[in-house]
Amino acid sequence: MSAPILQTESLSVSFDGFKAVENLSITVDTDEVRAIIGPNGAGKTTLLDLISGRTAPTSGQVRFKGRELTGMREFQIVRAGIGRKFQTPSVYESLTVFENLEMSYPDPRSWWSAWRFRRSAEVVALIEQVADQVYLKDRLKDRAETLGHGQKQWLEIGALLIQRPELLLLDEPVAGMSVGDREMTAELLKNLSKGRAVVVVEHDMDFVKKIAHRVTVLHQGRLLAEGPMEGVQGDPRVIEVYLGH
Amino acid sequence: MHASLAIWIMQAFNGLSTFSVLLLMALGLAIIFGQMGVINMAHGEFLTIGAYTTYLLSHASEKWAPWLSKWYFLVAVVVAFSLAGFVGLLVEHLLIRRLYRRPLDTLLATWGLSLIMQQTFRSAFGAREVSATLPDWLMGSLKPTPAIDIPINGLFVMGLTMGLTALVFVLLFRTRIGVDVRATMQNRAMAGAAGINTGRIDRFTFAFGCGLAGIAGAAFTTIGSTGPTSGSLYIVDTFLVVVFGGAQSLLGTIASAFTIAQTQATTEFFMTGSMAKVLTLSAVILILMARPQGLFTLQLRR
Amino acid sequence: MPTPHPSAQRANALRHLTTRLVTDLRGRENTYFLILAVLLLVAFPLFMDVFRLNLVGKYLTYAFVSLGLVLCWGYGGILSLGQGVFFGLGGYCMAMFLKLEASDPVSTSIQSTPGIPDFMDWNQLKALPLFWAPFRSFGFTLIAIAVVPAVLAALLGIPMFRRRVGGVYFAIITQAVASILAILIVGQQGYTGGINGITDLKTLHGWDIRTDSAKRILYYVNALLLLGGVGVGFSILRSKLGRLLVALRDREERVLFTGYDVASIKTFVFVLAAIYSAVGGAMFTLQVGFMSPSFVGIVPSIEMVIAAAVGGRGSLFGAIYGTLLVNFGKTYFSESFPELWLFVIGALFIAVVMLFPDGLAGIDLRGAILRLVLRVRGGRRPMAASAAPPAKGELSAEPAGSSGAGAVGT
Repeated sequence: MSAPILQTESLSVSFDGFKAVENLSITVDTDEVRAIIGPNGAGKTTLLDLISGRTAPTSGQVRFKGRELTGMREFQIVRAGIGRKFQTPSVYESLTVFENLEMSYPDPRSWWSAWRFRRSAEVVALIEQVADQVYLKDRLKDRAETLGHGQKQWLEIGALLIQRPELLLLDEPVAGMSVGDREMTAELLKNLSKGRAVVVVEHDMDFVKKIAHRVTVLHQGRLLAEGPMEGVQGDPRVIEVYLGH
Repeated sequence: MHASLAIWIMQAFNGLSTFSVLLLMALGLAIIFGQMGVINMAHGEFLTIGAYTTYLLSHASEKWAPWLSKWYFLVAVVVAFSLAGFVGLLVEHLLIRRLYRRPLDTLLATWGLSLIMQQTFRSAFGAREVSATLPDWLMGSLKPTPAIDIPINGLFVMGLTMGLTALVFVLLFRTRIGVDVRATMQNRAMAGAAGINTGRIDRFTFAFGCGLAGIAGAAFTTIGSTGPTSGSLYIVDTFLVVVFGGAQSLLGTIASAFTIAQTQATTEFFMTGSMAKVLTLSAVILILMARPQGLFTLQLRR
Repeated sequence: MPTPHPSAQRANALRHLTTRLVTDLRGRENTYFLILAVLLLVAFPLFMDVFRLNLVGKYLTYAFVSLGLVLCWGYGGILSLGQGVFFGLGGYCMAMFLKLEASDPVSTSIQSTPGIPDFMDWNQLKALPLFWAPFRSFGFTLIAIAVVPAVLAALLGIPMFRRRVGGVYFAIITQAVASILAILIVGQQGYTGGINGITDLKTLHGWDIRTDSAKRILYYVNALLLLGGVGVGFSILRSKLGRLLVALRDREERVLFTGYDVASIKTFVFVLAAIYSAVGGAMFTLQVGFMSPSFVGIVPSIEMVIAAAVGGRGSLFGAIYGTLLVNFGKTYFSESFPELWLFVIGALFIAVVMLFPDGLAGIDLRGAILRLVLRVRGGRRPMAASAAPPAKGELSAEPAGSSGAGAVGT
């Protein structure tokens, strides 16, 4: 593992008294794939919300490459190098794969740059390269709505990749995918972790075993266990939490 | 000093009359908006329905049942509520329910409805304003001191409003149907899953809100004359009241209506009516821009 | 999955129409543009007398507002019920300049205070109010026409878009602003001309704007500016910004997490719509010779919305034709059946919302005929007029991300 890239410190958020996340301190390193697992309601998605700026914490800090993220607006956090993928696929259905990726192309991303944006050779090259990475090279001209569920997820990941993020936050990327697609996604994520950190929230334990270097288990908003998958799987507290209800 | 205090008190009282009509309108709208997320731009026209109903009853009783003239007003309140409520039921069935979950479209469609209703009033009653005859027990004023002149009709309207507000609270917090309404307001899916017929609740809520506007219309006849566009006088203010008060809390609506009405009445003391209105509304908007969830919401969620 | 309600299906078509329009209809657009240009610059002036041409010119000033609404509402998802504010601001700036020119000390010598506009004299003002003075300069006036509405739009938009205020909420606020400005103008009649507005405008730098030839020239200026506005609109819609606007309307959060400052994009398009409306207002003052608060308040603002909606809020051309149609209708009804006009427009509102949300531009004539033919032949019923099936989860003509006041920012 290399240097830490993301650090949360005593991160907490509560909604009307309900403590969704409590005192969470996590460190993720570059080149690492970290899986966040836990029963429903454990605060996994909320953790991603806190990191990506969608929700403001009630206390605690989030540091990315040494920068304090709390208080920054969502798009600023994205521009700082964090890409977030939501649970439900949200590609632009009526646009082609190419156009979908183009939408996320990191021109300076203001209204002025968008107005003056030209599809230069450089842009095309980057889009093709990213499409290749996410197994969609042959589908560039197809409308996104014609893609299968798995391919839509990959398209979304591609849309994140094209922005050259250093941290990827993926919320249940393989939910609803076929077994074959899951395999391909595991390969993809393993490749993506080179030079980046990838944080994955998932329920599919086989998938997690395949891709994760370390696993963080959350329960009721608190950190329950952390470490390589085998250790965590054998941890009696984790077993109780998953099987005890 | 004594004279200006007297004027101040009377002005404050003026504010209370406006506050009453505004509150009745805002209560109806807040319930509809809070519960259904529906913006009814025709809400003002339901006030007008109530107002014209009162006018008609006033004249009918004068012509055909003079013995009723003293008490027609109370009858009018009931009839105004029922008629406005009934029209509200029709509107909900024909228009609102087809635009479920499309708030912007509902806004536009109900605006169209308001235009149609306004023209209907104009065609039926003429463009000029008409007045209901005030029954004699509502005329005149109380004079606690020689300098202070408190009109009785204003007191009556206030009393009616307070009574109705109390009734709404009782309905919402002490009856079965109130529980259903509040449940649907807070979590529609769960309420449906718990067996509450949310469609029926919507219908009831909408009709009730319109009925309240009808009563506001009856109350309105005691402080002003009625024309086809009388409702639209209040609509912008009513929306601001609802939004300012947070739309989810009835207490917030009351506080908001009071604040806005009194601010306007007080500033009118120092400048022209139109400037007072401009200042009050501008202040409300500025506050809303800083705090869109309204001034009186108790929860603060990001 | 249950079939969406037919009106929702038609609403889907709007989504598709606009999304495809920004990506692949280059050739067709150019033809439509040419047709419009010929119509406005050649056909109308050829076949209409000055009076009617001037009337059309007046309608075309409203079309500026509609163009702005297409951009900020049809594509950006921002419904503004207060465009009259910006129309009025532009119009009043121009009116102030023209009025000052018409109030030179010589022609106003009979006033108790010569050299100031007549209505100020009637209201016992002794000197020109300070904020009027800069409008003696035409250059300043031209700049003000664009800048004043832009600044107001930015002041309104930035805080509200930053806080992710929902669509309905925003619409109500814009309506309140329209109401406030109208009340302010009417109330301060010494400074603004009150309810009658600023009238008796005569010359622009000595050029008499009331003559027939002047009206013709102003019509051409107006038409050219409008075509220019359409051009600017297309430049935006064809660009990545256009796709971004559509994406923003349908999936605001997604755009936000792609690293775009959504608030600034929304502010931009809202400010642009304000400038469009202001230009329309200024041209109105020039062509019709006055400006009054009857164009500023709630009712005119909402009429502007309906004009755009009838023509097709997703189509720049549709909005222009829709504006012409609605205004012709209004003139016709006001003359022949004044009682009916409000009924008609009220019904139009409801009809547009429930039956044809994409307006006239969205009526797929070929598709409708195709369906009719197939049905007569007894063949299979095609699912939808447009080639593409409705997109999942997009069941309304309004922005997917909008919410009411009770759910701010959620």
